[in-house]
Amino acid sequence: MKNSLGRFVPEGFTPFEGSGAFKNKNRIQVSKKSVSEGFELLSSVSEMFDKLGITDGMTLSFHHHLRNGDFVLNMVAEEIKRRNLKDMKLAPSSIFPANAILVELIEKGNVTQIYTDYVNGPVAEAISRGKLKGMCVMHTHGGRPMAIESGLLHIDVAILAVPAVDKCGNGTGAEGTGACGSLGYAVSDLEYADKVVFVTDTLIERAENAQLDGRYVDYVLKVDAIGDPKGIVSGTTRITKDPVGLKIARNTVKLLEELGLIEDGLSMQTGAGGTSLAVAHYVRSRMLEMGIKGSFASGGITGYFTDMLEEGLFDELYDVQCFDLKAVQSIAKNPNHHAMSGSRYANPFDDNIVDRLDFVILGATEIDLDFNVNVTTDSHGVIMGGSGGHSDTAYGAKVTVITTNLVKSRLPIIKDRVTTVTTPGEDIDVLVTERGIAINPVRKDLLKKLEGSRLPIVPIEKLLETAHKITGVPEKVKQSDKPVGVVVYRDGTVIDTVYKIN
Amino acid sequence: MRRSLLFIPGNNPAMLQNCDVFESDAVILDLEDAVSVTEKDAARALVSGYLKSLTEVPPMEIIVRINGLDTEYYEHDLEAIVSDKIDTVMLPKATVEYLNVLDKLLSKAEKAKDMQKRISVIPIVELAVSVLQIEEIVKCPRVNGVLLGAEDLSGDLGVMRTKQGNEILYPRMRLAYACAAYKIDAIDTPFTDTNDNQGLKEDCRFVNNLGFNAKAAIHPNQVPVINEVFVPERKSIEWALRVEEAARQASLKGLGVFGLDGKMVDKPVITRAQNILEKARKYKLI
Amino acid sequence: MKRGIAGSLESNDALITVKESDALKITVKSIVYDFFHKQIEKVILDTLQELGYDKIEVVCEDKGALDYTIKARLTVAIARMEASE
Repeated sequence: MKNSLGRFVPEGFTPFEGSGAFKNKNRIQVSKKSVSEGFELLSSVSEMFDKLGITDGMTLSFHHHLRNGDFVLNMVAEEIKRRNLKDMKLAPSSIFPANAILVELIEKGNVTQIYTDYVNGPVAEAISRGKLKGMCVMHTHGGRPMAIESGLLHIDVAILAVPAVDKCGNGTGAEGTGACGSLGYAVSDLEYADKVVFVTDTLIERAENAQLDGRYVDYVLKVDAIGDPKGIVSGTTRITKDPVGLKIARNTVKLLEELGLIEDGLSMQTGAGGTSLAVAHYVRSRMLEMGIKGSFASGGITGYFTDMLEEGLFDELYDVQCFDLKAVQSIAKNPNHHAMSGSRYANPFDDNIVDRLDFVILGATEIDLDFNVNVTTDSHGVIMGGSGGHSDTAYGAKVTVITTNLVKSRLPIIKDRVTTVTTPGEDIDVLVTERGIAINPVRKDLLKKLEGSRLPIVPIEKLLETAHKITGVPEKVKQSDKPVGVVVYRDGTVIDTVYKIN
Repeated sequence: MRRSLLFIPGNNPAMLQNCDVFESDAVILDLEDAVSVTEKDAARALVSGYLKSLTEVPPMEIIVRINGLDTEYYEHDLEAIVSDKIDTVMLPKATVEYLNVLDKLLSKAEKAKDMQKRISVIPIVELAVSVLQIEEIVKCPRVNGVLLGAEDLSGDLGVMRTKQGNEILYPRMRLAYACAAYKIDAIDTPFTDTNDNQGLKEDCRFVNNLGFNAKAAIHPNQVPVINEVFVPERKSIEWALRVEEAARQASLKGLGVFGLDGKMVDKPVITRAQNILEKARKYKLI
Repeated sequence: MKRGIAGSLESNDALITVKESDALKITVKSIVYDFFHKQIEKVILDTLQELGYDKIEVVCEDKGALDYTIKARLTVAIARMEASE
């Protein structure tokens, strides 16, 4: 079966129809986990498996707030391996290179199904090589809570790393040696899993502004360390020094200004990449020069945005995940820096933040002439990422801007057709490259505002031609026709299929 | 009329292939100091290859800095790069004598290659003797701009380079006057701290007030700063537009001198306004 | 045996090694192999023909170099080989 973008959809999945199709559907919410006071303290992973009866075929979920410093998913994987459990289904909100132990479990059939929003490193490669018996189902950050609350993704046990847990079982990410700030992606798992375990290395008297409600917790497992602080957050995230990235960022901000988006009350989101941060940097300069104040910034939060909050350039920050140490410190002390759940962030059926965004700055591995964007696979078709919040924010924001180099190590970023669609072109409005800016022709309103602009605005076809003049036309890489994963759009439909690589 | 001239190391393919995106008025493809002696051949071949690959006229002037006429490389450099694909040759350690030799070599090459273009020359004044010869240098054939090379010059003088630049005040002033007298570009020495764009901005403003109209850059991130300083400010453009309009009205009435904002406007003031507007129009500020 | 090297393993560059040989042997390693190896081989062959070499060993380690970079590196590697003792 093919979806509305002409992409193949495997048996048993619903095809994507359009980014707004969910509006004709009703929100489905199964009942939340029942609440109770008190929890039982566990002392080992093995005891946790015994007490909870973790056995073959179960679905275990995790969050990725400890990023590449996470120990918890790995501890559980070790125990699965030790017990040689079969057909386990894992639902970590993201998978990083540090989780490489999963490769062995995938190869031996201990793990046969994965649900995740983003996967990078050896596990991604193993999936692309067809090692996973079942499918890798790739959600968005907003689609995951939707799938959990609707029962599409049923979790037997949520095993959640929590930097500090208090006497009532309330959890916070603001304290402890493994402090990571917001715990936004853990909230749906906490509320809807059959059983919930908090894994922590820090027990405290009382959590100020607890992010995770202790009444949902069944067990608390005390371990020596939940993660390696060095891998959890980067010390600082810096704006790029790359002159090409800076030019792209400067032109992006000029464009935003011509579109009237740099104005009092603005709301914005950017990624944590160097070019995205450079955009934030130039937006900040313009805001100071113009003497204006924004309403909020959201998303994964970096020190750049906490500085802007402290300078009074934003009223509030909505933070689903902290990217650096400064953000972690800020969320602990600044009352206008709010933690939010993944559902509040981006669940299409929730009263979400992304729908309130004026503009979002996003990246792309590939973008095609229909403005479809791929951030899931590389140009060989090998998985190297995933939507995360890409398609959620692209749908929600009034203007979605992709910033990318036109050419990266001889590969043009623009293709006739992207290898994998992550975010549909209907939600992508602008592409800014170092050699020109393309506006999605469906956004006639933007084109009208930009009439007479001195910015280098050209059709996307012209940018592709420019790229090909520099690099030559790359040969097409043939993919196999064996699906290894599906890219699930935020409404639960399949927007594209990921194939085994040859 | 140039504002920014960006040095691009001649043996760096990544910089070379992007040199047209940094919005400098000119790029200086460097075969000299940015290239080690063991890589002179490689840089020459690479720059030559890049130039041949250009199928469209690039959006900026193309300058090649060749090795000095006191080296064993310059003839090979000229052989490899002189073509209709370049606009200008930059000559290090320039003296009147070398500039005359270069002029003859270029004339010969232009004839031999049956070129459409006449190559311009930008000498680098970086020897004490060149500072003394400056008026003769700017009068040399093909010369349409002069670059001050402060690093070598302070070496020649035996003094330390400082951020403040008192040691190069004299050559700066001499160069500015010579260039103004013969209506060619006065191009200031690069600001070497690539992490201090605030310092760069102050340096640009300082030399702009001395009479320089351009500055060389050694990092692409310096270009936007330079481009901003070496154009007229909004305030002066607005003033110049009003002078232009008032002058038009006055000439309709047959007046040579007239008043504006309570100040007398005469020929020199009108000329200054016209210069500002010419620059503003060139850089699409109005 | 005479050999020559030119270029580097920096991004957008290529490191090219040539050796005297009694047969033509071209090896291409590239970070964009699947997309451009045919084009890279063509540039190498065209350049060799232009310079009049039909028996030589060429190893090209490519980091995303454009055609003219590969050609320049190969040309210099050969000149260095000829100049070597």
